[in-house]
Amino acid sequence: MTVTTKESRDVIKTVDEVVDEFHARSEELIPILMKLNQELGFISSETLERISTRMHIPQSQVYSVASFYHMINTKPTGRHIIKFCESAPCHVAGGREVWDAVQKELGIKPEETSNDGRWTLKTTSCLGVCAVGPVMMVDDDIYGNLTPNQLPEIFAKYE
Amino acid sequence: MVLVSNDPLSLERGAAEVFSHLSQEIKSFGLEEEISLSMVSDIGRSDAAPLVIVYPEAVVYGPVKTEDVRFLVEEHLYKGRIASKLQAPTKEISGKIAWLNDRAGTVPAEQRIVLERAGVIDPDSIEDYIIHDGYQALGKALSEMKPEDVINLLKDSGLKGRGGAGFPTGLKWSFVASAKGDKKYVICNADESEPGTFKDRLILEGDPHSIIEAMTIAAYAVGADEGYIYIRGEYTIAQARLLNAILQAKEMGFLGQNIFNSGFNFELHVHGGAGAYICGEETALIESIEGKRGEPRPRPPYPTTNGLWDKPTLVNNVETLANVPPILRNGAEWFKSFGSPSSPGTKVYTILGNVNATGLIEVTMGITLREVIAIYGKGMKNGANLKLAQTGGSSGSIIPANLQDVPMDYDSYTKAGVAMGSGALLICSDETCAVDLAKVLINFFRFESCGKCNPCRIGNQRAYQILTNISEGLGTMKDLEDLESMSKWLYEMSNCGLGQTAGSPLKDILAHFRDEVEAHIKLKECPAGVCAMSGVTVAV
Repeated sequence: MTVTTKESRDVIKTVDEVVDEFHARSEELIPILMKLNQELGFISSETLERISTRMHIPQSQVYSVASFYHMINTKPTGRHIIKFCESAPCHVAGGREVWDAVQKELGIKPEETSNDGRWTLKTTSCLGVCAVGPVMMVDDDIYGNLTPNQLPEIFAKYE
Repeated sequence: MVLVSNDPLSLERGAAEVFSHLSQEIKSFGLEEEISLSMVSDIGRSDAAPLVIVYPEAVVYGPVKTEDVRFLVEEHLYKGRIASKLQAPTKEISGKIAWLNDRAGTVPAEQRIVLERAGVIDPDSIEDYIIHDGYQALGKALSEMKPEDVINLLKDSGLKGRGGAGFPTGLKWSFVASAKGDKKYVICNADESEPGTFKDRLILEGDPHSIIEAMTIAAYAVGADEGYIYIRGEYTIAQARLLNAILQAKEMGFLGQNIFNSGFNFELHVHGGAGAYICGEETALIESIEGKRGEPRPRPPYPTTNGLWDKPTLVNNVETLANVPPILRNGAEWFKSFGSPSSPGTKVYTILGNVNATGLIEVTMGITLREVIAIYGKGMKNGANLKLAQTGGSSGSIIPANLQDVPMDYDSYTKAGVAMGSGALLICSDETCAVDLAKVLINFFRFESCGKCNPCRIGNQRAYQILTNISEGLGTMKDLEDLESMSKWLYEMSNCGLGQTAGSPLKDILAHFRDEVEAHIKLKECPAGVCAMSGVTVAV
């Protein structure tokens, strides 16, 4: 018997709402995962279990799909997610120096979350704004023409 | 625009004096406001140095002496007549390079066909679109043409796929049209994830209705009644614009049931990606729409016969589709008047890297890299030397400076052994290290590999480890042999295009920059001063 806590009930409710919005159709698994990722922050094992039950897809398969796509988080993240472009155009435009500065400023390495839960740092592939490289995203905001001395001001905006 | 060569030989022969005389004479004729004068490094025609090249006619003069300058300015710049007695003799170098002189009289100016409306109209206004010839092509197709007429027109135009593969569009449409089955799909591949490429984003954000119109025409031509625009997850603005445009189009009867009262139906959906470069591969894209991991399918069979839900499916890139309404409105001959016989039309290029002006241009096919850098890139930054250009995103080629005069069209590039790909041009100066660049490119493939097949999953990981070792000063000569083999295996044995082209960076740096790679190994030195060379193993 599973003990359901209040948090679990919230997760189940959210999953049910989203799955119903897409009529529980199996081909809508990815849009469903994307929406749940946005609402819940990441796809937890509870979320996985509920999706699997509602959509009649084995948990392993749901996880297989969720873990394939880079925009879907399968682990909890900090309050703010930084995605730094490490593709060639940004790299050649000075990205190397900025990347070193980002890691130094935040004190964490890629795929790590800061101890105070504020930041998760990730690398990303090309975002399609290459003419203003080096580029990084903080949550939904895109920053271009980056130089190391801009970083403190940018990061200060995010609690 | 007037360019004067300033490579060492030209300078020795008085290029600087020619330059200052030009500057004086241009002023004396009162033309300094209209004419830009700059020095350009390494023109490469040492037999005719110093050179003066005048645009937009692309006329090459040389060798130019200071006493000729007044005549040149008066004749050409002031009176507009080419001063033929000063022209440099035409010369083709090893049969593969067409020199600028052959193009005298052609204007390498921007020619906006797919980007004609982007930045000019309000993308959220269907009225704006209609005022600018919007939905005319669709009306023409549905009321005056049969499906096979549309396909024949596209075949006649010579339009080739602009996503990177360059497959003849009309031919692909005819495959889907003749495939058996009464349920067919049309898919627009808007997964644009090739590094350095954002041309499709500009079309989607700036002129969303053009894609709706093109897909409806395509559906009519191949016999489909349902379509998907697969837009990468990160392009949230493009998704919103397309969703809005679809609603507007349906409201006005350009989409949905009984379009233009012709009895033709077409339903269009927007499907968002979730962050996977491999989903730009057409069969992986289809798997993704079906709710699965984006793992490419074995081909044959091709999507044209067995695509979405195993039905005949047409998959085209955004830029390819954006060419369709103009071709229908203006005809095949009009389209063929741009570009070259093997590559008619225009191409959108993104200019990135160590140039003064990065950005995006749409020009007729056949322009050279040198011209792109000089005219649109406004020269190398800080007067640096061009070392190499990485074309086509990560799936293109690394092109050394000595190939910068090859016309950028599908045939010429294939003959020269390089690939144009998506049209991204990453221009690199001597500050770029070939090993470091290859490492960044391989890392991209390693990260984006779907993992399904061994050569790609393991090959990219291994190649990245080797390149990292080399960049830390721990490389061995055996590593070069391993990289060569890996490049071969990746090309020959990978299940899809990602793995197949992942070997290109390896092959290219060994072919064109072998000395530089060997310096990292034998001398434990990075000539460009980029690599860490720490002597410490870095786990990857």
